Amino acid sequence: MEWQEVLLKLIKNKISLFGIGIIIFFVIISISAPWLAPPADPDDPYMIPRAGWSIQPKPPSEDHIFGTSEGQYDIFYGIIWGARTAFRVGLIVVGISTLIGILIGTIAGFYGGVIDEILMRITDVFLSMPFLVAAIVLTTILGKGLDNVMIALVTFGWMGTARLMRSQVLEIKAEEFIQAAEALGANDIRIIMKHVILNTIFPVVINASMRMGSIVITASSLSFLGVGAPTGYADWGQMISFSRNWILGSQGNALQFWYTVLIPGLAITFFCLSWNLVGDAFRDILDPKLQN
Amino acid sequence: MMSYIARRLLILPVILFGVSLLVFSMLMLIGPYKRLSTYIKSPAELKTANLDTLVDKYGLNDPFYVQYSRWIKGVLQGDFGWSETAGQPVSKAILSRFPATLELALLALIPVIMGGINLGVFSAVHHNDPWDHITRVFSIVGWSIPTFVFGLVVLMIFYGVLGWFPPGRLSVWAEDIIRSGEFIQYTHLNVIDGLLNGNLRVVGDALRHLIAPVISISILWWAYILRITRSSMLETLRKDYIRTARSKGVKEKLVIKKHARKNALIPVVTVAGFMVLGLLGGLVITETIFGYQGLGKFFASAASQLDYAAVLGLALYFGFLLIIINLCVDVSYAIIDPRIRLE
Repeated sequence: MEWQEVLLKLIKNKISLFGIGIIIFFVIISISAPWLAPPADPDDPYMIPRAGWSIQPKPPSEDHIFGTSEGQYDIFYGIIWGARTAFRVGLIVVGISTLIGILIGTIAGFYGGVIDEILMRITDVFLSMPFLVAAIVLTTILGKGLDNVMIALVTFGWMGTARLMRSQVLEIKAEEFIQAAEALGANDIRIIMKHVILNTIFPVVINASMRMGSIVITASSLSFLGVGAPTGYADWGQMISFSRNWILGSQGNALQFWYTVLIPGLAITFFCLSWNLVGDAFRDILDPKLQN
Repeated sequence: MMSYIARRLLILPVILFGVSLLVFSMLMLIGPYKRLSTYIKSPAELKTANLDTLVDKYGLNDPFYVQYSRWIKGVLQGDFGWSETAGQPVSKAILSRFPATLELALLALIPVIMGGINLGVFSAVHHNDPWDHITRVFSIVGWSIPTFVFGLVVLMIFYGVLGWFPPGRLSVWAEDIIRSGEFIQYTHLNVIDGLLNGNLRVVGDALRHLIAPVISISILWWAYILRITRSSMLETLRKDYIRTARSKGVKEKLVIKKHARKNALIPVVTVAGFMVLGLLGGLVITETIFGYQGLGKFFASAASQLDYAAVLGLALYFGFLLIIINLCVDVSYAIIDPRIRLE
């Protein structure tokens, strides 16, 4: 299937159109962040401004339309700049880890033999630790900070792509046009770049789009547990961690601080939902077994 | 099948060695002085001796392979160092918290597997009609909500508003009962111990504390299993033998139950390993939110307090657990799938 055809189907499908709509919405928010929520210090826009030092969150008001969180961090500001954080973490981690996965999977599948065996056993080793646990361990060791979170997520995030790419390459290696290219004397690099990768990349790209959601969830989980973004950084996971002490409300008013958890919670859920909707539609379109 | 299992068993030591090397490499990223905590037997050691002597004593400036072989010897004897968070040796802390996590995980598996599979079959049987769309939307939304958001909302509603499911593992009075001499802790799983001791109040209290974390942890994997079962079932329903069965006049219910479902479940088994992987991660979040004293909460608090000994010990422990579980999954897969069994 050609990619133009896939794109057309994606837009025609109501569910994925909805997903694309949400993604575009978040893109617009991220681009216009400096106007929607002007930073106090333009050199450091990701630090959420504080409206005071009192601990108790304050409900939505004219000055703070989404209210303020524990420590008077403005929720609206955090949501807007947090969208940028989410895109940054998602795109960088998914991008780099996918590249690593493609590289390792292609080499393993194309050369086979001992190289394949070694690379795949290394992949198995990295897969032997729960993703979240491994990411927490490495971030703890490297220290707090978004850069370290991204390093940890890349380190433990390439294995799925590598396995997928390997099986794709194994399939295509048997095709006649690869043998023809070999017979014509093309060197390995040319065959890999020109014939193998171009013909196997599509499922990998879909896989990458589907990983955006889970990567952003994992990154914010780290911030939620207090090992990710530094305190006060515009990150949805951290904004939710600010709500933890207030989740039970006060005597007789259990939902008093609903805005501290629900607003950032909805932001992150919709962000992940949009990528999953698109990925899901992608999969349906490309899975020939599901076609009638 | 034997050669398949034999191959898996042969690889096992290689993977175990690899994981230990990976964890040790991460350990080596920390400076020698900070690394000390992973070697000492108790904090008293830090007070009696000068830090430089201790670094020398444990050879923390030796070459990588020398340190690795020394470290792995200790690990094999169950020595993971001293945990500041738990105030006891890491291995002891892990063993004492393991039953709590096991209990939660086992209880979560039941709704995940039963619910996910049945909904997936249901959705496939109703392919493309409104029921199918509803379950699919449910599954994709469930897959998109982060565990920590869902868990907090569950806590807010079921404890804050309704007061049904309190956080923690047991109420104080139940804690007193299980600590008393008359209550014998056979397994340290409170529900099972309660049943064995014939104390239904303890069973009820333990379940009451387990329901909320189980709900929070299962929604994600419910959605996942539903998705896998649905697509595998759809594929199976198009197979020739299903058409044959239908044309023979077998009732639709029987076709689904006897012919399709069994075969559709084989791919579901393959993802079980992946699911356990995710469940272990989810436990870290869920136990933290609900103040449930298990391995996950221990891990999270150790990480936020930079308790390296506990973090690395747990990483190794989780890795080890996962390798064993994956081996079981692979073997059971070989037993279930006749294509591999009869090879």
